[in-house]
Amino acid sequence: MPSQPKDHDLVISARPSSIGRFGRYGGQYVPETLIPALTELDNAAKLAWQDKSFTQELTHLLKTYVGRETPLYEAKRLSEHYQGKNGGPRIWLKREDLNHTGAHKINNALGQALLAMRMGKKRIIAETGAGQHGVATATVCARFGLACVIYMGKEDMKRQALNVFRMKLLGAKVHPVTAGTATLKDATSEAIRDWVTNVESTHYILGSVAGPHPYPMLVRDFHAVIGEEAKEQCKKAFGRSPDVLLACVGGGSNAMGLFHPFVEDRSVRMIGVEAAGEGVNTNRHAATITEGRIGVLHGAMSLLLQDANGQVKEAHSISAGLDYPGVGPEHSYFNEIGRAEYVAITDQEALTALQLVSEKEGIIPALETAHAFAFLEKLCPELAKGTEIVINCSGRGDKDVNTVAKQLKYMD
Amino acid sequence: MNFKQEILSSDSIQPSKLETCFARIKKEEKIALMPFIMAGDPDLNTSAQILLRLQAEGADIIELGIPYSDPLADGPIIQLAASRALSSGTSPKAVLEMLFNLKEKLTIPVVLFTYSNPLLNCGMENFCCQAAKAGASGLVVPDLPLEEAEKLSSIAAESKLDLVLLVAPTTPLERMKKICSRSKGFTYLVSVTGVTGERSNLEDRVNFLVQKIKQFSSNPIAVGFGISDAKHVSQVREWGADGAIVGSALVKRISNASDKKAVDEAGDFCRELRKAAG
Repeated sequence: MPSQPKDHDLVISARPSSIGRFGRYGGQYVPETLIPALTELDNAAKLAWQDKSFTQELTHLLKTYVGRETPLYEAKRLSEHYQGKNGGPRIWLKREDLNHTGAHKINNALGQALLAMRMGKKRIIAETGAGQHGVATATVCARFGLACVIYMGKEDMKRQALNVFRMKLLGAKVHPVTAGTATLKDATSEAIRDWVTNVESTHYILGSVAGPHPYPMLVRDFHAVIGEEAKEQCKKAFGRSPDVLLACVGGGSNAMGLFHPFVEDRSVRMIGVEAAGEGVNTNRHAATITEGRIGVLHGAMSLLLQDANGQVKEAHSISAGLDYPGVGPEHSYFNEIGRAEYVAITDQEALTALQLVSEKEGIIPALETAHAFAFLEKLCPELAKGTEIVINCSGRGDKDVNTVAKQLKYMD
Repeated sequence: MNFKQEILSSDSIQPSKLETCFARIKKEEKIALMPFIMAGDPDLNTSAQILLRLQAEGADIIELGIPYSDPLADGPIIQLAASRALSSGTSPKAVLEMLFNLKEKLTIPVVLFTYSNPLLNCGMENFCCQAAKAGASGLVVPDLPLEEAEKLSSIAAESKLDLVLLVAPTTPLERMKKICSRSKGFTYLVSVTGVTGERSNLEDRVNFLVQKIKQFSSNPIAVGFGISDAKHVSQVREWGADGAIVGSALVKRISNASDKKAVDEAGDFCRELRKAAG
């Protein structure tokens, strides 16, 4: 296993390969019925990126509808909190929580909706875990008058009742999924089955850097605006690129969006934070890169939580958005070649971080995002003074207040 | 020609068990009746009895599902059958052991139906080797399209297993030609854009697709997904298909029957289908 990536491995245009591979990860493990649609999507995306009318409309809507660019905010009180005797790092938040609908997810949903319309597809389906991607998709469908069906695990519908209501209000049909563990994994399977059935009229807005090629690339490219903005903002704020990038990883879309423009710059340390649930040595976690083995789920080869017989394991995390036994193939690749590090944070650590950030900065992060913040506890003591950290503040926590209140026993 | 080449070329001339089976059925002007069951639903013991009963009632080829937790190409009936099989502790290894123990009695070809992940998890070489030892003749992997299938196909061939590829109604013509030329044993024609499951009617385009494929491929064509009763079997026979795969309709009968009745129910249904298949 190569530990030091060669320069050509890091060149952005070389990933994925023409057959959709990131090293040995990625590919297209889907029923034959979908292959022509994936080819069509790949071609449509290539043409769209070269078409000024597409990129101009996307940029315009990102600005006027989504509210980009999002600020790079210096979290002074949080930085102060982590100051040791010799000083400490400076912590910056890329405020994706300030996007319309409250998370980074809309960058991709908007881009894919525009693509769907270019392809003449008038019906949209999507899967959702925490509901953020479902809300983002329902939102853009309302904006463009597209029919919208969201697949969501029944268990997640309970955990994220507020987002279910938002999607319905936006005119989407929310389809409860009861199969398997009734969470994101099963919702994704059911969305793929819908797509297999209605592929001729329907576009599937997959919400993470997972799934069959071209999705890991497509979703990454729509989120790369996060990193591109951050790169410029860092230059303005402190005259150079940051030293450390920190983001939570379920499927890994917000992390990939932040990382992507920095991949070739090896001086930038990239850290992805997975959900350790009740602990990686228990059976109840979602730390795919930390604990998984190579396998195939939802159309891609990647690391995967599975049992000795190759059956996909149930994942667990307090945050519905990280509760997924797979991970995007490019993250598995970065892990393998050592370009990014992956660590895991427990439910309890995430809850503590959520409270800390709320109290210190007046920002209630999503439970998913709180995992990234929680890693500061372990990371900061080892960093030199003057280290510049950018955290992707990927979503806001309004949707999680019930879960948090229950856990912290704020409620009677 | 050296020794190795000689072995290889003699191998390629000798027809596989599936090819022999389809040739015989064609001669008899019938259509191959290919029932599907999920191994381990409700348990492996019952599955073994069902397999023998299906053979006794005239099944030509059996498609045997190895249960997987996330079956993307399957509708609710087979999903639930897989869940039941997994809850009864069915592993790929146990399925192959069951098949191995039936080797003497079960003489018709068996095609294994499973997904990429359990297969990769076993290791492709290891799985194919064990499957061949257990007496299987072929392999269908519904989430392994042409692009990803090359490696497995050659590994399977080394164990004399035919890797069967699937063609869908959405497959463009040129691609269809490629798939048919690489598919071994037969070509699996998916009758619908959709997942497995019972349907009340067959789409007319199946007729069109069968005719189209016959123009460029001499591979036998077996039609699957949605073939739900004797009427459908007659229909695809009329349309010129070489095999009819009946899955969900049979699996439903097995799951609706009480444990003792499952074998009889499967047998009765197979007899009914046999009449339509000639």
